[in-house]
Amino acid sequence: MKIVVCIKQVPDTTEIKIDPKTGTLIREGVPSIINPDDKGGLEMALQLKEEKGAHITVITMGPPQADLILREAFAMGADRAIHLTDRKFAGADTLATSYALAGALKKLDFDLLITGRQAIDGDTAQVGPQIAEHLDLPQVSYLEDLKFDGEKTFTMKRHIEEGYQILEVEAPCVVTVLASANNPRYMSVGGIVDAYQKEVEVWGKDQIEVDETLLGLKGSPTSVHKAFARGLKPAGELYEVDTDEAVGIIINKMKEKFIL
Amino acid sequence: MNLEDYKGIYVFIEQREGFVQNVALELLGQARRLADELNDKVYAMLLGHNIAAKAQGLIAAGADEVLVVDAPELADYTTEPYTQAICKIINDRKPDSVLIGATTLGRDLGPRVSARVKTGLTADCTKIEVGANRELLMTRPAFGGNLMATIVCKNHRPQMGTVRPGVLFAIDADTSREGIITDYKVEFDSSKIKVKLVKTVKEETDLIDITEARILVSGGRGIGNQEGFDAMDSLATTLDAEVSASRAMVDAGYIGHERQVGQTGKTVRPDLYFAFGISGAIQHVAGMEDSDLIIAVNKDKDAPIFQVSDLGIVGDAKQIIKKLNERLNK
Repeated sequence: MKIVVCIKQVPDTTEIKIDPKTGTLIREGVPSIINPDDKGGLEMALQLKEEKGAHITVITMGPPQADLILREAFAMGADRAIHLTDRKFAGADTLATSYALAGALKKLDFDLLITGRQAIDGDTAQVGPQIAEHLDLPQVSYLEDLKFDGEKTFTMKRHIEEGYQILEVEAPCVVTVLASANNPRYMSVGGIVDAYQKEVEVWGKDQIEVDETLLGLKGSPTSVHKAFARGLKPAGELYEVDTDEAVGIIINKMKEKFIL
Repeated sequence: MNLEDYKGIYVFIEQREGFVQNVALELLGQARRLADELNDKVYAMLLGHNIAAKAQGLIAAGADEVLVVDAPELADYTTEPYTQAICKIINDRKPDSVLIGATTLGRDLGPRVSARVKTGLTADCTKIEVGANRELLMTRPAFGGNLMATIVCKNHRPQMGTVRPGVLFAIDADTSREGIITDYKVEFDSSKIKVKLVKTVKEETDLIDITEARILVSGGRGIGNQEGFDAMDSLATTLDAEVSASRAMVDAGYIGHERQVGQTGKTVRPDLYFAFGISGAIQHVAGMEDSDLIIAVNKDKDAPIFQVSDLGIVGDAKQIIKKLNERLNK
C-alpha cells in the first residue's frame, strides 16, 4: 500500500504570548512543531506500515525551515519526503493552499492520503477536505481509527459530537485524523541519524500541475481585513445596586458579549 | 463574476435523525438580522429524507423561503450527496452568502462545498457583521484564541462561513411569519457517492469535563448551603452551562472534585465564568482568570475576585442567582 501524509510546521500555540504594548503575537523563541493532528496522521500511517506493509511519503508546504519536520518524519519512519516551497505559495488561504498541495499530490500515486483534521495555528479543518475535492476523491474527516482489509477497503471510525460513526470506503481516499487517535512514537536514535542522510525532495511551482493565478495571496478568495489581539482586560466595572438592577446589568452584559 | 448577481443569505439547516439542530436556528436568527440590515432575504436549505414537516418551523425562525431537498441519498449525512445538493442550489440560485454550523458535520461539508464552487470559507466565526460595501465581515479566533482576525471574501461569491454552535442567537419563533416552502429536486451523480455509513453509535456524554464548558456557573463559600447549590444548578440548566466550584464547596461535599476550579482543581477558560460567592483566593483565580468574560457576585466589595472580574456586583449571590434564573426563564 502507498500512503501519503500531509504535515505542517506550526508554532506551539500554547507557548504564544501577546506583546502587551503592541498587541501583536510574540513568535520569537516559540518552538515549531509538527502539527499535533498531522502527527497523529503520520503515526496512523506508521502503524498501517507495521501491520500490512506500506510505503510512506510525507509532504509539507512551507518556508525553508519546514525541512525540520520532514527530518523528524524520516526519524519516525517515513520513507520519502517532499518539501513544497515557492515564494508564489506565500500568503495562501485554505483554498489556495489546498490547490497547491493537490497540484503536487497529482504527481504521486497513493491508496490513502492522510492529513490532520486541523492545524493549531489556524484551526480551520478545511485543507484536508479541500484537497479531496481538488483530487476528486472521497473523504472521511475526524478519524479516530482506521482498519484496512488488505485488499482495498478501509473501515473508519469517525468522531461526532454524540459518539462515533463507522464508515467504509475503498482506496483511493482522503482521511483527516485527530491527534487523539493514537500516541505518536518518538524518533528512533538510528532514525535521527538516517534522517539527515536521506534526501528531502524540494519542489516549487514548476514541478507541480497548477495554474499560477490560483496560487498564494493572489489565488486566495479570502483575506484578512484586520487582526487584533483579544487584548488585556480593562479594569472591570463594579456595581453596588439592588438585586433587580444587578440582574439587569448582568443580562445586558451577557447580551453585549453575545452570550444571550 | 458580477457581485450584483448574487443575492440572499442561505443557511444550511443541520438535522440529525430529523431533529433540526439548535445551531441552524441560531444561524437563521443571525441571517435574519443581517438580511434586515442589507434589505435581502433569508433562505433555509433543509436537506434530508422525510423531513418536509420541519420546514414551517424554519419560517417561524426567520427564513423567507425554505428549500426542501428530500431524497433517500440524504437520509444520513455523508459528504458527497450533501455537497452535490448544496452546490446545485449555489449554482442555480447564486447566493450572496452561505452559512453553515461549525459542527463535525458542517466542518466536513463546508470546505468540500467551498472547493467545489471555488469560493472562500471562513471557519468558526464568532461574529458576522455587514461591512462598508455590503460585504460580510467575519471574525474568528486564531492561534489558539490568542488573536482575532476579521476575514473578508472580496471578489468571490458566495461568501461562506461556518459558525460555532451557541455563539449566535436565534430569534423568538414567530408562527405568524409568512414564507414559501419549495420542494427542490436534485439529481444525484451516484457514481461519485463512495463512502458508506455502516452505523452511528451514541455514547454516554454525561461524563462532564468542565474545561470544555462554554459557560460555567461557579460557586464558593458565599453560596452557603444545599439550597444555594440547587439554585446554581437550575441557573446552569437554563444557560446550558456546567456547574463548577471553588475548593470550599468541594470540601463541604456539595460537589465532586472533578468540578473544582483552581490550582488543585482544573484550569478553565470558558466564554463566561460566573463567580458566585467566591472571594477569589489566588489559588482559585489561577484556574479561571483567562476566561473571556468573568461576572462576579460577592457581598464583600473588597473581595479580590473583583480585581479579575469584568463585571462585579456587590450583593447577595444566592438572591441574584434566583432572580437571574427567573428573568432568563421568562
